[in-house]
Amino acid sequence: MPSADSPTEEEVVVVDEARDALLEAITAELGDAVVASHILPGKDLWVRVANDAWSDTADYLRNRQRFRFFSWLSAIDWMQSPFGRSLDAAVDIADAPTEDAAESEYTGTGADGYTGGETRFQVISRVHSLTTQIGLNLKVDVGDDLSIGTWTKTYPGADWHEREVHEMFGIHFEDHGDMRNLYLPTDFEGFPLRKDFPLMARLVKPWPGIVDVEPMPEVEEPEAGEESSSASPSGATTSNPEDAS
Amino acid sequence: MSAVFAVEFAFWQSTIFKLLLAFVAVLIPAGGTVYMYLFKMVSFMQSRLGPMEAGPYGSMQLLAEVGKWAQKEDIVPTNADRRVFVAAPYVVLISTFLLVLVVPFGPDAMFVNFDTGIFFALGVSSVSVIGILMAGWASASKYSLIGGLRAAGQLIAYELPLVLAVVGVVVQAGTLNMQGIVRAQIDGEIFGFGGLGNPYFFTQFIGLFIFLVAVQAELAQSPFDMPIAESELVSGYMTEYSGFRFLLFFIGEFATANIFAFLAATLFLGGWGIPPFIADLMFEAGHDHWAFNLIGPAVMLTKMLLITFVIYWVRFTYPRFREDQLQTFAWKFLIPLALVNIAVTGVLKVVF
Amino acid sequence: MTAVNDRRQMAYIAAQAADARVNLELEAEGMTLNIGPQHPATHGTLRLVVQLDGEQVIHADPVMGYMHRGYEKLTEVRTYPQVTTLINRIDWLGSFANEVPFILAAEQLMGIEAPPRAQWIRTILFELARIANVTLFLGDMGVQLGAVSPVFYAFRDREYILNQIESATGGRFHPNFDRIGGIKDDLPAGWIAETKSALKEIRDFCDEMEDLIVGNEIYEARTRGIGIIPADVGLSYGLTGANIRASGVDWDVRRDNPVGLAYDQVDWKVWTHPDGDSFARYWVRLQETRESCHIVEQLLDGLPAGPIMTKVPRIIKVPEGEAYIETENPLGVMGYYIVSQGGLEPFRVKIRSASFSNISITPWLLKGTYVPDVITILASLYFILGDIDR
Repeated sequence: MPSADSPTEEEVVVVDEARDALLEAITAELGDAVVASHILPGKDLWVRVANDAWSDTADYLRNRQRFRFFSWLSAIDWMQSPFGRSLDAAVDIADAPTEDAAESEYTGTGADGYTGGETRFQVISRVHSLTTQIGLNLKVDVGDDLSIGTWTKTYPGADWHEREVHEMFGIHFEDHGDMRNLYLPTDFEGFPLRKDFPLMARLVKPWPGIVDVEPMPEVEEPEAGEESSSASPSGATTSNPEDAS
Repeated sequence: MSAVFAVEFAFWQSTIFKLLLAFVAVLIPAGGTVYMYLFKMVSFMQSRLGPMEAGPYGSMQLLAEVGKWAQKEDIVPTNADRRVFVAAPYVVLISTFLLVLVVPFGPDAMFVNFDTGIFFALGVSSVSVIGILMAGWASASKYSLIGGLRAAGQLIAYELPLVLAVVGVVVQAGTLNMQGIVRAQIDGEIFGFGGLGNPYFFTQFIGLFIFLVAVQAELAQSPFDMPIAESELVSGYMTEYSGFRFLLFFIGEFATANIFAFLAATLFLGGWGIPPFIADLMFEAGHDHWAFNLIGPAVMLTKMLLITFVIYWVRFTYPRFREDQLQTFAWKFLIPLALVNIAVTGVLKVVF
Repeated sequence: MTAVNDRRQMAYIAAQAADARVNLELEAEGMTLNIGPQHPATHGTLRLVVQLDGEQVIHADPVMGYMHRGYEKLTEVRTYPQVTTLINRIDWLGSFANEVPFILAAEQLMGIEAPPRAQWIRTILFELARIANVTLFLGDMGVQLGAVSPVFYAFRDREYILNQIESATGGRFHPNFDRIGGIKDDLPAGWIAETKSALKEIRDFCDEMEDLIVGNEIYEARTRGIGIIPADVGLSYGLTGANIRASGVDWDVRRDNPVGLAYDQVDWKVWTHPDGDSFARYWVRLQETRESCHIVEQLLDGLPAGPIMTKVPRIIKVPEGEAYIETENPLGVMGYYIVSQGGLEPFRVKIRSASFSNISITPWLLKGTYVPDVITILASLYFILGDIDR
């Protein structure tokens, strides 16, 4: 799914030759393993690869494309929070918490984000090439078995990142060999960064949300604009708790 | 002593008297240097003020600290070897008090006049190693154990340069008696000129350097503070000590620094003597005048402060060596240098 | 009577057990030493479980999480302006630098850009945050190696920079000054001249450190050849910042990808060192502090006039999309991956903090070193606990 978005700036349609060429090379090598891709011209590049090609992708990128620098690895839970988007209470009433919040299942299509996806969890990683100074965001769907290949054989630095993803999302990395908890206590139950893990402090005492909503101003004085961003947190202090629900 | 007051004391009287004086000779300079150097000079070096509130200019701070330590809970770790743990600070302190016994403060003002005074001093200075090992082992803490073992290795390695540095002085003075060494410096002449005496830092400056380095290591002060190494071993062998026992270690550490400075002053700076031409101007009898039993301690104190200044200055300036670098420094540099120094001293002693 | 005897017996048994335990540990192939969580060298609560053979490290295993604050979860229930308050606390010595990549990522998602003056002031404060951070390292390295005095000089001279940050932003440690679309306030009157004199103090401080520490033989003996990181290993562990530049990698995000900051407007140099040891890491940071002074001075001279805030809606809703922006923070590359679904709050924020990756090399690096070198290496890698645990 190459980018269909037109650049936001109207003056030129930027064609990012370097990233285009890189994407072509990756697609040529990995073939069907490249499921989807997305380019923000001049800014960034996303590639989604197939689940079973995850480890090989790392190997290819590091050893053949000179993506020597491993930046980070993490995961995204694409499920909408069953507890509602508490912040939007005053703005998006429709998203109010449902009664059976904790039991809700992932119903989304998974077609979220730039490169889409079919599953609830996606592992995302970023590598960087020092020769071309191009960063590459790699995504991969994680199926229902919540298991995926490890990158530690290629990038030893992925060790801790994968352990963190394991404890925070419950995604297992095959052949990692040392999937102890990194941050959490050994006997911790649950996966904190999943969307259905309740943030109890917020549930017990919800934030009243932004009140005093105005429509988006078309034209504003510069001073007013300067004021605006600082106004939103302070708006909370004067808000009425009844607006929370 | 008796000569000063022209009164004969019974043995027990003079023993008690000397015991009290020993406490004074150890504790007063220790408190003074701790306040002057550890609290104030170091603070100025580090661009801060140091204690300012307790007493005028913070001068009573040390009493406040002692009071604080004395009040603290007396903790012995559960798994510690209790008796050894409790005894260790006293063993360290004993070595300090034994050391001061042989230091001459005046023609008669010394506690014991051993014929082999310097030999005795070097011998008892090693007793502290036992105390430190006891503390390190009995604490049942890994940090303490590593610290204790490091201390043992370090103190044994630096005994040797310490002794060898002194040998040069002994060869030149021709006596092991501390009083004799002082006399030799007072009565000495530099190329026939006796007005300054012959303080051995002119001829034994290499010895003085080695002595001071070895003392720094003996005291486990930076750059040789690996046994304590607060950024590595928390506090080394002192980690598990608190309250009054920590205070004992503290006194042991800083009082020993003073006593070693006294020793260095005696061996290299002419001891309690002042340049003979001044002494001759003051008294007809020169250094033999009884008043030097009172002037001597003051002179020693001044010289001691001079040397402790260097000790503290170095301590708060240099980073610390690693254990193997320290051993290398001792065995491959200091000891050969000391041996060369002895050889040269011996040759010159025969030639002149 | 029996009670006393019992107690004695118990004490004896306990003592025997303790002896046996110590003996066992000594006779076994290694002794396990817990460095931390409360230890002077970990300045924070990093715990390092090391297996020792004598004083040699067989195996080192860092244990973190004593300070994990769950920022990635907390950001999901906060509006974008509120998030900056949180992320100020990640690297608490150079707080302002934490805000910038997040704000830049949000700006990229919204398709706006701060006006030039705001960008320049951001860059100035960013560099001041770097100086405030790294000066402390320059002194602290001495403490870790046993020289107590330099850290006091560091605190003394860091104060000048903190005063400048305070007078510009109102916060000494946590400015919370960066806004989506610009910055909160303009610089106060007279700030530029004061900052220049503060930078002079920092330059003097750098010279002082060069005399005191870099030129010291013991220091060199302790750091040269200790903890060598080959460039390739460092990169695959995700090492960034001065740590990787000290291994000879000529890579600085400030120069190579200066998104939304004014680094391309001034003339400066990226310092590298070929050795990759602890000495090189210190040396690179020292030179970078001077270079930061150089950058800030140029920026102060060429500060453009104009507004400091672009037009942003009163309530910030960030359009759907994903963005990753990284900047060269004092500790290394810091980046925020923001997934937005068009709400007031980010859908997911991944915080790529520099120390986390920098420290992840320690199990590899510490193997076979000695206990004193463990401290040297940890100090020279320079981590901040908040930056590891997030």
